[in-house]
Amino acid sequence: MTATGIGAPVRRKEDQRFVTGQGRYVDDFNRPGQAYAYFLRSPHAHAAIRSIDVGAAQTMPGALAVFTGDDLAADKIGGLICGWMIHSKDGTPMKAGPHPALAQGKVRYVGDHVAVVIAETLAQAKDAAEAIVVDYDVLPAVVDTAEAAKSSVQVHDVSPDNTVFNWHLGDKDATEAAFAKAKHVTKIDLVNNRLVPNPIEPRAALGEYDFGTDNYTLYTTSQNPHVARLVLSAFIGVAPEHKLRVIAPDVGGGFGSKIFIYAEETVCVWAAKKVKRPVKWTSDRTEAFLADAHGRDHVTHAEMATDENGKILGLRVHTTANLGAYLSTFSSSVPTYLYAPLLSGQYDIPAIYCEVDGVYTNTAPVDAYRGAGRPEATFVVERLVEKTARELKQDPAEFRRKNYITQFPHQTPVIMAYDTGDYAASLDKALELADYRNFQARKQESARRGKLRGLGFSSYIEACGIAPSQAVGSLGAGVGLWESAEVRVNPTGSVEVLTGSHSHGQGHETTFAQLVSDRLGIPIDQVSIVHGDTDKVQFGMGTYGSRSGAVGMSAIAKAIDKVIAKGRKVAAHVLEASEGDIEFKDGRFGVAGTDRSLAFGEVALQAYIAHKFSGQDLEPGLKEGAFYDPTNFTFPAGVHICEVEIDPDTGVTTIERWTAVDDFGVIINPMIVEGQVHGGIAQGVGQALLEGAVYDRSGQLVTASFNDYCMPRANDLPSFQVGMTVTPCPSNPLGIKGCGEAGAIAAPPAVINAITDALGHEDIAMPATPQAVWRAAQKARMPMAAE
Amino acid sequence: MATVSLTVNGQSVTADVDPRTLLVQFLRDNLRLTGTHVGCDTSQCGACVVHLNGEAVKSCTTLAVQADAGVVTTIEGLAQGGELHPMQAAFREHHGLQCGYCTPGMIMSAVDIVNRKGPDLDEQTIRAELEGNLCRCTGYHNIVKAVAAGAQAMAEAPLQQAAE
Amino acid sequence: MYAFDYHRPTSARQAADLASQFEDMKFLAGGHTLLPTMKMRLAGPTNLVDLGQIAELRGIERSGDTLSIGAMTKHAEVAHSADVRQAIPALAELAEVIGDPHVRNRGTMGGSVANNDPSADYPAACLALNATIVTDRREIAADDFFQGIFTTALDEGEIITRIAFPVPSQAAYAKFRNPASRYALVGVFVARFADGVRMAVTGAGSNGVFRMPEMEQALAQNFAPEALNGIAAPEDEMNSDIHADAAYRAHLVGVMTRRAVQAAASRS
Repeated sequence: MTATGIGAPVRRKEDQRFVTGQGRYVDDFNRPGQAYAYFLRSPHAHAAIRSIDVGAAQTMPGALAVFTGDDLAADKIGGLICGWMIHSKDGTPMKAGPHPALAQGKVRYVGDHVAVVIAETLAQAKDAAEAIVVDYDVLPAVVDTAEAAKSSVQVHDVSPDNTVFNWHLGDKDATEAAFAKAKHVTKIDLVNNRLVPNPIEPRAALGEYDFGTDNYTLYTTSQNPHVARLVLSAFIGVAPEHKLRVIAPDVGGGFGSKIFIYAEETVCVWAAKKVKRPVKWTSDRTEAFLADAHGRDHVTHAEMATDENGKILGLRVHTTANLGAYLSTFSSSVPTYLYAPLLSGQYDIPAIYCEVDGVYTNTAPVDAYRGAGRPEATFVVERLVEKTARELKQDPAEFRRKNYITQFPHQTPVIMAYDTGDYAASLDKALELADYRNFQARKQESARRGKLRGLGFSSYIEACGIAPSQAVGSLGAGVGLWESAEVRVNPTGSVEVLTGSHSHGQGHETTFAQLVSDRLGIPIDQVSIVHGDTDKVQFGMGTYGSRSGAVGMSAIAKAIDKVIAKGRKVAAHVLEASEGDIEFKDGRFGVAGTDRSLAFGEVALQAYIAHKFSGQDLEPGLKEGAFYDPTNFTFPAGVHICEVEIDPDTGVTTIERWTAVDDFGVIINPMIVEGQVHGGIAQGVGQALLEGAVYDRSGQLVTASFNDYCMPRANDLPSFQVGMTVTPCPSNPLGIKGCGEAGAIAAPPAVINAITDALGHEDIAMPATPQAVWRAAQKARMPMAAE
Repeated sequence: MATVSLTVNGQSVTADVDPRTLLVQFLRDNLRLTGTHVGCDTSQCGACVVHLNGEAVKSCTTLAVQADAGVVTTIEGLAQGGELHPMQAAFREHHGLQCGYCTPGMIMSAVDIVNRKGPDLDEQTIRAELEGNLCRCTGYHNIVKAVAAGAQAMAEAPLQQAAE
Repeated sequence: MYAFDYHRPTSARQAADLASQFEDMKFLAGGHTLLPTMKMRLAGPTNLVDLGQIAELRGIERSGDTLSIGAMTKHAEVAHSADVRQAIPALAELAEVIGDPHVRNRGTMGGSVANNDPSADYPAACLALNATIVTDRREIAADDFFQGIFTTALDEGEIITRIAFPVPSQAAYAKFRNPASRYALVGVFVARFADGVRMAVTGAGSNGVFRMPEMEQALAQNFAPEALNGIAAPEDEMNSDIHADAAYRAHLVGVMTRRAVQAAASRS
């Protein structure tokens, strides 16, 4: 390992600009003549629009234009799309209701887009929006996930019972048979609470149109600018693909919420041509709460069957998944193919059957949020496993160990073929780091102070490296999920890597450069990573699903291999040797068995000078591209242990210790990987203890600001103890599995398992707020402090 | 309109502004100092923190006119002579940032903590003092480490500290 | 924000004169409640009178058994004042748990008291310490000042100039924070004087800050947590929201009061 190569904790190249305030986020861009967009949003969860009178608004000071859904329709601008087709059990396709960027005839959630005002200033746009008169026929709303299919309220005409799909996975008969022969069955009812992603940078969009060239430019807060361009051009029809440039510059966190193609960016790029001015929209936090895609929101009943030896025989799960008022870009895949295939967890479970009903409600659309389906699956499996172990009076760690998969590859009953792993190794290391053997002593010490201490495990697995194109195509994905890379070697030997991955906190400018430095033997400061601009990078699928390392870097590795192969040819000509005799090692092309060699930079220069070979023999230049399509998902896995102490007087839960042992395969930069783990845990702890989006019965979002939606603060969290085990991933050239979502997937059941351990009963829902824990502690009739 | 005169990062600026202009808008829109960010509407996230007359304040909840005649330091004014301020360097060294959006406010708050509490900061103090800054990426683990290290480094580089 | 005209008087008299000229006027103190409300267009005064440059509204003075704090004194100044720490350390501790450090650098005692947010901290201190709210027109006892949520005895255009706190022999503030907003879900200020005990609860009551005479009498007999056994806050008078229902708030009143008494009693 070199100081900047694979495995080194290289300090991030991008940080210089971020720590000095020189980062450039979408809202930092201003274009000459820029006007401002403000969206008039529905105050009602469900209403028919009888009429919209924009007359007064159009004459307000500074107003340039007011547009409604009719204006978009007149320009044949299509609706927003959902890119993953799910078929119900009976073979019928999912019921996708229309999703116009600006409402047409009906609004379906509070925050839905009714009209847009474009004005000289934002304040003027807001003033004009107040002058729009909308005549609503307010309708009853359906909000509750579990009630949606039974409600008389109908969100979309295409779905009389608000059901998007009734989907299933697994072998029902085999699972029933497994339960029939079970010695013990453990049952659980779970709610996976609705979350608001809340990257600290709110979404923003800046659209621009050039009348001279007929080119459109959209600056947008996107995790996948090429997908945004494809959808905006091919499906929504805002501009031809080759005439639309999408730029996603520095992006202040995404966590899934910036994958999707939203109404606001659609409208900004379209309106820029209509008003002949660049049009900028920046979300405020309230809008982010109302209209960013939310995450999770499942209601689940699950059962686990075990035999007389405590071996798991089967698992059956029924989940109702709230998809909100419209199908967001990848929403349908999240509670289906990103969920049920993970229900085997780390365990050898012979039979699994899962049914998922996706439902519409009058709430914000729900889509992928960090982990996307896999946290929900892990919560089901790890809560059930913990509860089963308790019911069987077995040590939860040893119960897990007994049921771990130990032979690889392992085909689960739910699609996935796990390639490698050593789950017991992670468990052993975690038990040691968590000082498990002395836990009972700590618990007694807490009890002496009137406190309740508990410890909870989460032995999670996820499927990352999303995804093999053929496989996901067969499951309904609208596109393949490969990644692209182009490695441009300059005549001076410096290198630019163009990648379809997008960095919004992950540190690609550093880790990707480490790979290049390592493979080409050049200093890391000779490498630049270019991303986030469709005019520079030809195509790419973007960053989500912990895919940028396993898929994005594999594409770069593949392109580097081609560069080296080409370099070998150039070196052969220059060194007048046979290509077969050229070796590339430590940054030099040399003739085997001689001391004749050229540095990488010298070969680069020769490739462009091109004096030593004819163009017929070998093309000049040194630039190679590659598309990498993974052959399998990757399977990061690990064990997290959470230890809590509860104050039964107030219900306050304090996390006393957090131990994480993860197997991410080969690690490029341990500093960055640990940072990803920390952040993921924080979001998982947030879900378990603090965060929950709450709509009231009428569909008003009660938690629409940080005053009511509790974000994790520094003081809500401990320092984390992070350890690693490594089984290299066999399916990609770098052995990478991915690390971006692990913490968010692992954490929630670890916290709830710890709390239920402390309470001595299972009856606590997320978020386990002080009030909820206090009430649960009362119910447990635990000895109370002398107050 | 109202006239505001400020010293921002050592430079005098005077401008006529609409009285409703927030200090953060003045910095970002009038002065193009876009390092100061806006992350919420309710004075909680702290992405907008700057120093006003030596104290950390939320520039999204301060009118530019309220700051009249004041001295403002933003993230752009922290580094002196091309060298990172010790707190900036500590955030980089300890990976105290990921997407970078909360970072300017986080660093301005961190410097303020050291100015108020001195260089010897334990974890508990740092976590409590970061009450007014939200980060969604890091889980705060490395921010806490960075603040502790940056505080020590500030004590060892008094000249740098005085420059702020 | 809606447009407004901005005024910056340098004396309380000037401020009062300005206030009398405008129908739709608001005083601007620290601004940490008013400005977010205006940003969200939930308030739209046409004139804003900034009290920030009025020297007479600032400053902390100890005179005998009274601690007098200027209305425009910031939370951070109260928290760090040697005079406050010496006279009523509980008041400094209360100031130190308001909002966050940035809020404390801008928010003011007078602004908080005048606003009388049902979950603000200072009203509990004023009421428990039997403070006198001094305005540009008169002096108002805390018992008369707080009149329900966001409602006070202040008349239109009346300006709080100072708040005078009798110095207790022992006092403490115990706050259970709303985990999201950091306002008080339940905050209890307990103060012991030579002639009795006063306590006040913020955050919990559906009608704002309130005292509990039964607890005060019990504590006057025996200033110890055990004295409160059997005394419960009335659930039907408690606030209820997504963070805490009335039963939990009522329970927390008991817990926080005991903790405040414990802390106060351990103070020499």
